[in-house]
Amino acid sequence: MQPVLSLRGITKSFPGVRALNGVQLDLYPGQVTALIGENGAGKSTIVKILTGIYQPEEGTITVDGRETRFPTAQAAGAAGVTAIHQETVLFDELTVAENIFIGHAPRTRLGLIDTARMQAEAARLLASIHADLNPKARLRDLGIASKHLVAIARALSIDARVVIMDEPTAALSHKEIHELYDLVEVLKAQGKAILFISHKFDEIFRIADRFTVFRDGQFVAEGAMAEVREADLVQMMVGRAVDQIYPKRPASIGAPVLTVAGYSHPTEFADIGFTLHRGEILGFYGLVGAGRSEVMQALFGITKPSKGACKIEGQVKVIRTTAEAVAAGIVYVPEDRGKQGAVKGLPIFQNVTLPSLSRTSRAGFLRLAEEFALARDYTARLDLRAASLDQDVGLLSGGNQQKVVIAKWLATRPRVIILDEPTKGIDIGSKAAVHDFMSELAAQGLAVIMVSSEIPEVLGMSDRVIVMREGRIAAEFAGDQMTPENLVRAAVGIEEAA
Amino acid sequence: MTSLSTRHIPDRLQSPMTRATRSWEALLLLVAIAIFIANSLASPYFLDPWNLSDASFNFTEKALIAFAMAMLVIAGEIDLSVASIIALCSTVMGAAMMAGVPVWGLVALGLGTGLACGAFNGLLVAGFGLPSIVVTIGTMSLFRGLSFIALGDGAYTGYPAGFAWFGQGYVWWVFSFELVLFVVMALLFSILLHRTNFGRLVYVIGNNATAARFSGVRVDRVRFILFLLTGLMSGIAAICLTSRLGSTRPSIATGFELEVVTMVVLGGVSILGGSGSIPGVVIAALVMGLVTFGLGLLNVPGIVMSIIVGALLIGVIALPRLWAMWRR
Repeated sequence: MQPVLSLRGITKSFPGVRALNGVQLDLYPGQVTALIGENGAGKSTIVKILTGIYQPEEGTITVDGRETRFPTAQAAGAAGVTAIHQETVLFDELTVAENIFIGHAPRTRLGLIDTARMQAEAARLLASIHADLNPKARLRDLGIASKHLVAIARALSIDARVVIMDEPTAALSHKEIHELYDLVEVLKAQGKAILFISHKFDEIFRIADRFTVFRDGQFVAEGAMAEVREADLVQMMVGRAVDQIYPKRPASIGAPVLTVAGYSHPTEFADIGFTLHRGEILGFYGLVGAGRSEVMQALFGITKPSKGACKIEGQVKVIRTTAEAVAAGIVYVPEDRGKQGAVKGLPIFQNVTLPSLSRTSRAGFLRLAEEFALARDYTARLDLRAASLDQDVGLLSGGNQQKVVIAKWLATRPRVIILDEPTKGIDIGSKAAVHDFMSELAAQGLAVIMVSSEIPEVLGMSDRVIVMREGRIAAEFAGDQMTPENLVRAAVGIEEAA
Repeated sequence: MTSLSTRHIPDRLQSPMTRATRSWEALLLLVAIAIFIANSLASPYFLDPWNLSDASFNFTEKALIAFAMAMLVIAGEIDLSVASIIALCSTVMGAAMMAGVPVWGLVALGLGTGLACGAFNGLLVAGFGLPSIVVTIGTMSLFRGLSFIALGDGAYTGYPAGFAWFGQGYVWWVFSFELVLFVVMALLFSILLHRTNFGRLVYVIGNNATAARFSGVRVDRVRFILFLLTGLMSGIAAICLTSRLGSTRPSIATGFELEVVTMVVLGGVSILGGSGSIPGVVIAALVMGLVTFGLGLLNVPGIVMSIIVGALLIGVIALPRLWAMWRR
């Protein structure tokens, strides 16, 4: 079978980083090809090349056996390549039909938009993907899954032949994911070539026909999914066998460090109380929206609690600003790395030293040698991969950005570190490094709070787990009580049949 | 730990020297030198030290404000009320002069009024979280409006002889007080922005104010100080300008704010915040001063001059982009 689209010898560099080095990729009609690789392997770069956003320095793009170029996003669209991104770019204030046909709406003879025809066409497209949506509905009234359907209908409306799905299930619920799988089958039946990017192995094995693996910007292997095992794929991705077991060490739990009592907020949470000890990893589990991040951000001084008190090593502390939290020894690694964690546009070393400037400077004057020394020390401890410490942190992969944010906080020598979804969206290799490091920190006597929605991670890493539901603490589990069933029951509010 | 495979990460790939020679500031310096040579060829009067010294007055006062404005813009804010602050400071000094306040008192009042205006802007932006462009368009009308109420069509004249020194005096040979102040402030602001923790925070906030707050930075305090500093520099500029003109009218310094912003942008400060440097603004001030002076020597009328300055701004900003597009 001849591929619809084929890349050969693609190379793309950024200052200090070779993002892609002579990679190849083939996409076949009616087949799903999974693109697999750690963060930083070059997956996003190849998507941007396929959609005309980046231009490769070397290599060829062949569509239907004819060599071509995608100098602009429009050119890629015209060649039938379309992408559905993690966070799909759509317009909330427009209707479903307008979103589908934006930029290429059918016109009347006067050159005005032919609304009736547009809505009829939209209805036909939505029906072809079994999407039960009203073309006249405003997009802002739809859920995330429905928005995905609109994005897919939009992809079909430009008669796409190659559909790129970049982590399409990241924000979807269980049921919505299954609907997406059905949709992929529909697209396959229509003969579309699909490039599917995902970190989740179960889903790759479920829907992909072929795989291509990249590592550090290099092509590693490709083949049929039927002929490969999960362990082989993992090994290809990381170039070594990865220990799937959580590296939790037996902790020696010490004296209480942080005691929270009666923390409340007018709308987000109520009556939160717990005690955290030295050397302990305390897991916070719950459904999205249970108020876990809000509690943590209140402890870190981002939001103000309306009631309640917090004690650090027995002393009452009032935390009104983040500066006061840092001074009290509480630090927070946020879930939203890009917006709240890393200062993109500034070099790695300046990100690391940001909260420690008072220590690396003298009388308010910067001392670069001290800053580099501190940054070198902590980035090495986290096994950061970067071209130089002077490199823009925005050019790093998600996993490495996370390492920079963690390094930044460790350099302040905190008493309590709060990690909010520390491994969300980062690859297996970096994930293991973060887990490993967390374990080591606890062993050194740091008190760790880990907010996570991944049950294996919560159970694998925590000494104790607090489950939150609708802004309140629903249950607390330790030892044998820490089972997936107990956590889920408490999170959704099913009382255990005693 | 997994640090068995730890790779050594170098501090830098490019030396600071290499980076400097490839910078915007280096390009701008070449432009300045080119204009300097062109001017000296076009007019025999250009290379006279006294003429050059006189010419410096057309940029020094604006440049003083531009240093503070550069920091404000790098932090992602802007202050369009600076020219109106000059008018209000000058009016306060004029009224005090009529009441018989001595020279040192006039200076203190000029600085104090500038600080007060800056504090007012800063309070509205940092304290109440209002957008700075809206706030300062408002205070632009407000401050100058107060000056019009006080003066109407009138003017304060008759400043004491001692007060004239700030705008007309010379420290040594051809070096005027204003020129020396320009050099000193250029150095102080370079140190403040590029060598202190405070300067680092300005860049951090300009690149990502949310992450700055999530890193324990007192973002609003930094913003407030920056407005205060801009107000203070406007007060200093008001003392120099009032002293040089020897009178106060409510229309004093009209249009300065746009020339100050032009200087800042020409100096390579990103109008979106996050990047830029004081040396860049210093060179931009020199470029604008040289262009104005050179055209003046050639008897080019003022209106044509402002067309040329506008074209220069667009040209210098657009050329690197066009160059990059062409190479793609």
